[in-house]
Amino acid sequence: MEASTTGTNNSVVDPNDLLVIDDVKKHFPITRGIIFQKQIGSVKAVDGVSFSVKKGETLGIVGESGCGKSTLARCIIKLLETTGGQINFDGRDITKLSRSTMRPIRREMTMIFQDPYASLNPRKRVGAIVGEPLEVHNLGSASEIKTRVQELLEVVGLNPEHYNRFPHEFSGGQRQRIGVARALAVNPKLIVCDEPVSALDVSVQAQILNLLKDLQDDFGLTYIFIAHDLNVVRHISDRVLVMYLGKVVEIATRDVLYKEPKHPYTGALLSAVPIANPELGRKREPIVLEGDVPSPVNPPSACNFHPRCPRFVEGHCDVEEPPLYSFGNGHVAACHYALERWPMDASEIRRASASRAPEPEPEQPLPA
Amino acid sequence: MALLEVKDLRTSFHTEDGIVGAVDGVSFSVEKGQTLGIVGESGSGKSVTCLTIMGLNAKRNTTSSGEAIWKGKNLLTTKPRELREIRGNDISMIFQDPMTSLNPVHTIGKQLIEAVQLHRDVSNRVARARSLELLKAVGIPYAERRIDDYPHQFSGGMRQRVMIAMALINDPDLLIADEPTTALDVTTQAQILTLMKRLQEEFGSAIIIITHDLGVVAETADDVLVMYGARVVEHASVEELFNRPQHPYTWGLIGSLPRLDIDVERLIQIPGQPPSLLRPPRGCRFHPRCSYVMEVCKTTVPELLPTQREPDHLQACHLDEETKDREAAKLLESMMAEAG
Amino acid sequence: MFRYLIRRILWAILLFIIITFVTFVIFFMGPNDPARAQCGGDQARPACLKLVTEHYGLNKPLYVQYWRFFDRLVVHQNLGYSYANGSSVNQTIAKAAPVTASLVFGGAVIWMMIALSLGVYSALRPRSLLDRTAMVFVLIGISAHPVWIGLIFEYVFGVKLGWTPIANYANFFGAPAGSGLPGGPWQWFYHMILPWFTFALLFAALYVRMVRANVMETLNEDFVRTARAKGAPERRILVSHVLRNALLPVVTMLGMDIGVALGGAVFTETVYQLPGLGQNLVVGIQANDFATVQGVVVFATVAILLFNLIVDVLYAWIDPRIRLA
Repeated sequence: MEASTTGTNNSVVDPNDLLVIDDVKKHFPITRGIIFQKQIGSVKAVDGVSFSVKKGETLGIVGESGCGKSTLARCIIKLLETTGGQINFDGRDITKLSRSTMRPIRREMTMIFQDPYASLNPRKRVGAIVGEPLEVHNLGSASEIKTRVQELLEVVGLNPEHYNRFPHEFSGGQRQRIGVARALAVNPKLIVCDEPVSALDVSVQAQILNLLKDLQDDFGLTYIFIAHDLNVVRHISDRVLVMYLGKVVEIATRDVLYKEPKHPYTGALLSAVPIANPELGRKREPIVLEGDVPSPVNPPSACNFHPRCPRFVEGHCDVEEPPLYSFGNGHVAACHYALERWPMDASEIRRASASRAPEPEPEQPLPA
Repeated sequence: MALLEVKDLRTSFHTEDGIVGAVDGVSFSVEKGQTLGIVGESGSGKSVTCLTIMGLNAKRNTTSSGEAIWKGKNLLTTKPRELREIRGNDISMIFQDPMTSLNPVHTIGKQLIEAVQLHRDVSNRVARARSLELLKAVGIPYAERRIDDYPHQFSGGMRQRVMIAMALINDPDLLIADEPTTALDVTTQAQILTLMKRLQEEFGSAIIIITHDLGVVAETADDVLVMYGARVVEHASVEELFNRPQHPYTWGLIGSLPRLDIDVERLIQIPGQPPSLLRPPRGCRFHPRCSYVMEVCKTTVPELLPTQREPDHLQACHLDEETKDREAAKLLESMMAEAG
Repeated sequence: MFRYLIRRILWAILLFIIITFVTFVIFFMGPNDPARAQCGGDQARPACLKLVTEHYGLNKPLYVQYWRFFDRLVVHQNLGYSYANGSSVNQTIAKAAPVTASLVFGGAVIWMMIALSLGVYSALRPRSLLDRTAMVFVLIGISAHPVWIGLIFEYVFGVKLGWTPIANYANFFGAPAGSGLPGGPWQWFYHMILPWFTFALLFAALYVRMVRANVMETLNEDFVRTARAKGAPERRILVSHVLRNALLPVVTMLGMDIGVALGGAVFTETVYQLPGLGQNLVVGIQANDFATVQGVVVFATVAILLFNLIVDVLYAWIDPRIRLA
């Protein structure tokens, strides 16, 4: 195993990189006090995340709720101020930009939100919602904006005649199309999609995923696609980043990540996804993780996955934080004892964890 | 004899906008120890079907007809008092959102003990011991201490375990699980599904699992009911359903699902939106979205009929079986081919 | 829990200081000259004015006067002496507060009884005849003025039917010896019954609506469905699962309303000639009696803060999510 760390990548900026994130942190302070509040700790929602996104690619970010993926998205788009680190967008450092200097850049990175019901103002007409970013950035006269909005509605598969309707007159899938049209209005370079299909029905989900793919081909868009559904992320992404408790645990190209995961957490996630194939699904031996994701207020020491890890080695994983080991071709994983084969061999599962002190009420062994 | 036999179940809600036919002629049966999966999108009637069987729909503005025969009794006409004796005792239920399904002002112990004492005339001490036993069985760590905690002190996955403990506490013959893992993360979902499988072996209950996730169905169910627009469109064993799906909607569901085992460049998308139950389409409710639509589909409701090859495989589509077999094979083949 | 309580108490103290200061400033900057008022208005002799001004420190700067007032209030628990007649404000309030308290607490019992029974019943049977009748009652209760209601009640029950007295207060512990006034628990109850209902009507109407809405909302909660799925009978569901959750916000409102009302139920006290705080407040304002008005305001402030504190504690006791946070 090649043990070179790739924690920072700011020395040489690749001209193909649209976005370079370097050691970004977002800590929310926890305060306590009766009248005067003093900080007693922090929630490390994002804790030292580095990666880059190439022009025209889709980077998927997966992780369970509370892993910090949505906070990271908000930091990238500068809806939240970062606590530390650097964000480079299209060759410029945007980390410290003020509101006004950030303004022109906001045209180049937009966002699609999870809940198509909540993210559209119910009192505004569709035309006004989609046209708003154009107005904000003074991109044309009223009639020019109207023409552009109708064009956009058509692009996302809505009837341009519906310009004057209100959001409640549309179904969930159509509302998400409105959200896509709004994100597209200012011709952005990067669209950050935060769980764009998780609130939609299965049959409608496919429509939106196909739409996003088509738009990428037509307009050369770059996506950061955040989701908890590994199936969806695999379908849409070129590369995938896995997060756990505010940290990157693994980054690899899509095929490599799903076929040869190196981090045990990635392995556990993959084996937990139910497969819509009764023969295949029931044959697999799932790695069932015990317990819940720990609180980011007081994360476990060193490798923060170690209390749940099937390959935990006492005295190492809980003492020394693993760097992002490189496995070639940009595949990195933060694990001292990376998986050697996939699916995991039965002998590898829970190999070392047996030595761990069990809870007073251990769960009964689960039949495989 | 079947444990539960549902015949021609219909439920409609009277709203200000008109009558919503939420369940329209649903029939199925559940055998002892078996798991039946009900798949469908929101508004397909899968949850209302089970709430109707349990008598849990709001009384006002709701009418139901048909039969749900449980041990010789029609649950739809049983007196409320008798129905209460069945609920939580013979048939129990767990729900989608574990965050809101437990009463926030009572300890989980109190809520479990209540479930026991509603059906058994036992002392607090006995009921508490039984509650502890179940909490341990569903894998709550430090159960002795946590029994006196309040729901907000548990994580989502742990609350769903508590719900399962509460549902199994009186050894029910049937457990109805309404989207039990939808609100949970994928690793927690795996924990809960594994737990349900293990407990089914231990307690021997039959399970009805309602879900929109074909993956969950594939991994848990023996038999599958596919619902669309308040009706059953297909009913088959899980192997049959995935190997020889007979309804264009089922094809759409299978093809539109991005999945780990198969690679596709473009998902097969079902055009349009799920139907309004206020003014459902005439004939086959799927016809406006179906790419195989024929004239007959627009006027005549297709009956739920057995296929010639497999009498236990029921489907409601006007297409002839030969075409359907061919199309299904084509779909599965195309997915496999792309998988390489 | 302890931390929570301490924080609430400290907040209450801070609010007390702010509120008393603000009222003090408002009165200080008002157009009235208390010295002139005490010396007989326009015919005041300069000697008298000088004496009174110095006695009360009226010529000192604002912060000194406030400090004097605050020191007297907190250290000596003394609200001062009336500018109108020199009597002790402490004594005035000690006499008036039980009257107002009788009215408010009795009224609260009545309005809660009406609100709970009507509210819960109409929530269980929405759009029934009773529900619709209750809504008419709510409308009347909210729109009718207490003075008008008071006069109608007096006329109907007092004058026409002769069931109740039409005015005056009877001391619960017996009338002062030789006063010739009615006294004792029964007379107290007998004299208070009309004022109670008059006072309670508006609140009953507001609370019926609130209880109904909260109960209906709670009935739709998932945990109520869980309780039904367990096989619990409706009565048990209502008592054990619905009411406690539905009444949480009602407790907050009740505490605040009682606190506010203890500052004086002006209209009801006026109609029934009850010598409560409200009446003293009205008389005090008319007489430019700054000390008495300030005394009532301070008393009301303490009552409101105290009841808010009680509500906070009660809330934490009922809701484990707060208690254990």
